[in-house]
Amino acid sequence: MKFDRFARRKLLSHTITVLAGLTVVAVLYPLVDIVYVAFVHGGGVLFQATFLTARNPTPCSVVSCASVGIAPDIEGTAAMVGLAALISVPIGVLAAILASEYRTGGFGRAVSFTADVLSGVPSILMGAFVYGYLVIENPALVETAISGGLALSAIMIPIVTRTTEEALRTVPNSMREAAIALGISKWKMTLRIVLVSALPGVVTGVLLAIMRATGEAAPLIVTVGFSNLPFDSLSAYNRPAGSLPVLIYNFALSPYSNWLDLAWGAVLFLLIAILIVNVLSRYVIHRMTVKMSGGS
Amino acid sequence: MAPVKLVVDHLTAYYGAKPAISDISLQFPDRKVTAIIGPSGCGKSTLIRCLNRLHETQSNAHVEGQVILDNEDIYALDPVRVRRRIGMVFQKPNPFVTMSIYDNVSAAMRFNGHHSRDETDKAVIRSLQQAALWDEVKDRVDSPATSLSGGQQQRLCIARALAANPEVLLMDEPCSALDPIATSKIEELVGQLKNDYTVIIVTHNMQQAARVADFTAFLYLGKLIEFGATEDLFERPQQTLTESYITGRFG
Repeated sequence: MKFDRFARRKLLSHTITVLAGLTVVAVLYPLVDIVYVAFVHGGGVLFQATFLTARNPTPCSVVSCASVGIAPDIEGTAAMVGLAALISVPIGVLAAILASEYRTGGFGRAVSFTADVLSGVPSILMGAFVYGYLVIENPALVETAISGGLALSAIMIPIVTRTTEEALRTVPNSMREAAIALGISKWKMTLRIVLVSALPGVVTGVLLAIMRATGEAAPLIVTVGFSNLPFDSLSAYNRPAGSLPVLIYNFALSPYSNWLDLAWGAVLFLLIAILIVNVLSRYVIHRMTVKMSGGS
Repeated sequence: MAPVKLVVDHLTAYYGAKPAISDISLQFPDRKVTAIIGPSGCGKSTLIRCLNRLHETQSNAHVEGQVILDNEDIYALDPVRVRRRIGMVFQKPNPFVTMSIYDNVSAAMRFNGHHSRDETDKAVIRSLQQAALWDEVKDRVDSPATSLSGGQQQRLCIARALAANPEVLLMDEPCSALDPIATSKIEELVGQLKNDYTVIIVTHNMQQAARVADFTAFLYLGKLIEFGATEDLFERPQQTLTESYITGRFG
């Protein structure tokens, strides 16, 4: 009798382990497959000498073109995501502070509810919102990298707000009470003790938002359009710009074989870039956390 | 009785509509140790948290009555200024985890005003010495506060409170998370601190109150049952409730 119960427990335990293993495969398979396919199709293009430095080629479906490159698109993505980060990080962090540290009166609660809802809004709608409310009202913004940056910041703000708010909430209340009991004013406590303690989480959230914005095509299609001009100065913010996701969207739908190759190369580049940012940020956050917890 | 430092006058503290302590009146003598004892949930911590206006920082919490520090009602003053004069040590050691030992102790000075590096250095050393921690950390004041043991962290928190140069030191069960050796160090420390500070210590441990306190207040169900010199309270309690508590019949 006793043995039977043990045998049943062991069987159940093994079954669950196998099921858990299967779910791991289910989660990992698409990722591995995406990376594999991207390598097969984009690997050849990615390792061409001009890939990171040349402009997009003109279509030539019969003979291959001399220089293939995605330089304007890398620059455009970096410039627009950078602008979006400059806008969204301060706004998102301040909104999160309001939501987490100044909760009394219902206003903070409203902020966190709004951020929750906004982060679920489809990105094309966010692009349309920025287009409808900002771009149309200011004709100078039509089809410019500035409006692209604004559209991406609209996507990033709720993500930064939510993740920062969560990070602030993980700071134990005993830290706040220690600071209050020392007669430290609330804003100094919030910025220099609570926010600093939550920094690894805040950095994670910002990077998450950056990676999300880097991969967004829809909000850029409605606001910036597309361009093959180099992003070589600040004045380039006043004209259309290229970006990796829009390049992929445009070129993947084209009939030209070298454009298709370029799109695959851009896919692979984007994947690798996001992977590198991800690994680097994990390393940095690990270092920060270790430093704080006093381990070695 | 020694001159009075802090007077609690008809103090009632609420969580929502429910009073956690009601109508407490009590006088804390200057440069003495006063212990507040009582069973769990009797309102000891609530009482001590009213003395530096920490109680009201919780949502739905409020206070009625007066707490008078040197003839001034602290509830009529700026709470931030009150807390610079009345320091506090908590139940669990709560050093600032992102900071070094030095930065923890100097936190109040660095955040609350302009002090020269020299001034700050001196205050850090003095506070660590007062907290009997200096000899153990003098070679590594720049290491993270979290590298210290639990008992050391609690003494660090005491040093941090002392560096703010308070007049009164509140201690909310400062030894409850510590082992016996660390506990005896803190108790010894409390005995020395009363030369310079008015110390008010909450404890659920009656032996500890008997060892460290000059005066003891006994709280039960949110009411002050008895207050007097520690010796009198433990040896000649006036109330039967006090007597049954200290003889271990409940609580």
